[in-house]
Amino acid sequence: MVKPMLCFLSLLCLGSAALAESTSKILGTSALSQLEGASGGGIVPWATIGGYGSEGEWGAAASISGVQVDDFILDTGTVLVGVNNRLELSYAQQTLQVEELASGPFDAVIQQQVYGLKVRAFGHLIYERWPQVSVGLQQKYNQNPNIAKDVLGADSDQGTDVYVSASKLWLHALGGRNVLVNATARYTNANQIGLLGFGNADGSDYQLVAEGSAALFLNPHWAVGGEYRQKPDRLSSVDESAWWDAFVAWFPNPRIAVVAAYVDLGTVALWDEQRGGYVSIQITN
Amino acid sequence: MPELKRTLSHLCLVSVLMLTACAGQTKPDETLYQRLGGLQGVTTIVDNLLYELGSNEKLIGFFAETDIDRFRSKLIEQLCQVSDGGCEYTGDSMAQAHSTMSLDQSHFDSLVNDLIAAMDAAGTPVTAQNDLLSRLVPMYDEVMHPQRYLETDSPS
Repeated sequence: MVKPMLCFLSLLCLGSAALAESTSKILGTSALSQLEGASGGGIVPWATIGGYGSEGEWGAAASISGVQVDDFILDTGTVLVGVNNRLELSYAQQTLQVEELASGPFDAVIQQQVYGLKVRAFGHLIYERWPQVSVGLQQKYNQNPNIAKDVLGADSDQGTDVYVSASKLWLHALGGRNVLVNATARYTNANQIGLLGFGNADGSDYQLVAEGSAALFLNPHWAVGGEYRQKPDRLSSVDESAWWDAFVAWFPNPRIAVVAAYVDLGTVALWDEQRGGYVSIQITN
Repeated sequence: MPELKRTLSHLCLVSVLMLTACAGQTKPDETLYQRLGGLQGVTTIVDNLLYELGSNEKLIGFFAETDIDRFRSKLIEQLCQVSDGGCEYTGDSMAQAHSTMSLDQSHFDSLVNDLIAAMDAAGTPVTAQNDLLSRLVPMYDEVMHPQRYLETDSPS
């Protein structure tokens, strides 16, 4: 999975030089590509519109990321297009590999596709007094739902998340540095972002969860921060905990962003204390 | 143990945040103007900005009719005033200066990028750059929607 994605990224890299559209947004304000493909941090979608396209422009981004924790690996490839700093369309392909299931009756690999849509409703990340506020959808299709449905009691192999995000970058806010704060409310029926299916024995069981991010820009090229993502815990057979991360992001130029993070995914299905590393590379046109 | 590990990682993050806050401290009696390098520093920033604008295809058109010498001296004056350098800006209001331009967000973004590049080239410290930007950003509404401000200026 990683190798074809890498090839894909290098192709995009070459292509992005040819596609070097004139884009105007400030370095870093494309944000990163979160796990489900939307512009955001590592695990939380922000109100930002991905890519560096400002009003009257468009921008695109592609990323690959890997999460490696004690008992499994999650690889994600994403692409997104941002138009007019207003609309964002995204796609993510997630591949979860569970080491212990490699020799058994169940899928050791769970794949999921996420189609995303985000619209900036009002405000501006930097210039206006109000934060930038966006609403988004994430339509998810789990391709290997047999564990989730047959064993864990999930209701469905697909679901739709709806979220509202508010993001604000305060200039000269902390020790002269710029600070970004994001808050997201998500209405979801997904178990472990959909990798363990959707809903439970009682039906779809939608719940409202809170997510948040804070980042400090040490300078225009380096940011450190943390994220929190509340999770529902609706499957009676297994526990699900909130996710945390602490990240360092590097924006050497408007073409590339690199993120490394420490992640704590808590209990995932039968495996508790799932902690480890997250690395993501994003290419922007 | 896992709790300890988590606490440690959080402590680590907090200490990084505190360290950077310390590193950003400045002498309390120093004005932003001084941190920008005084008249010489602000002049360098403005000259660098003019250089950036000269190669900015998105913005260069707006300066076709501009008296560049006047623009340069008024901008130096304005940045001096905004940064507490003790100058008085004698140029047009932001609404007057931008009233016929029909700017959109991409023009504003592009100008901010050029200003950051100008400050980088002048060797302006990051915290002083952020401070200056934070004082200029409130002008956004007046630059983008000059008519709102001009109408209230002239009673009908």
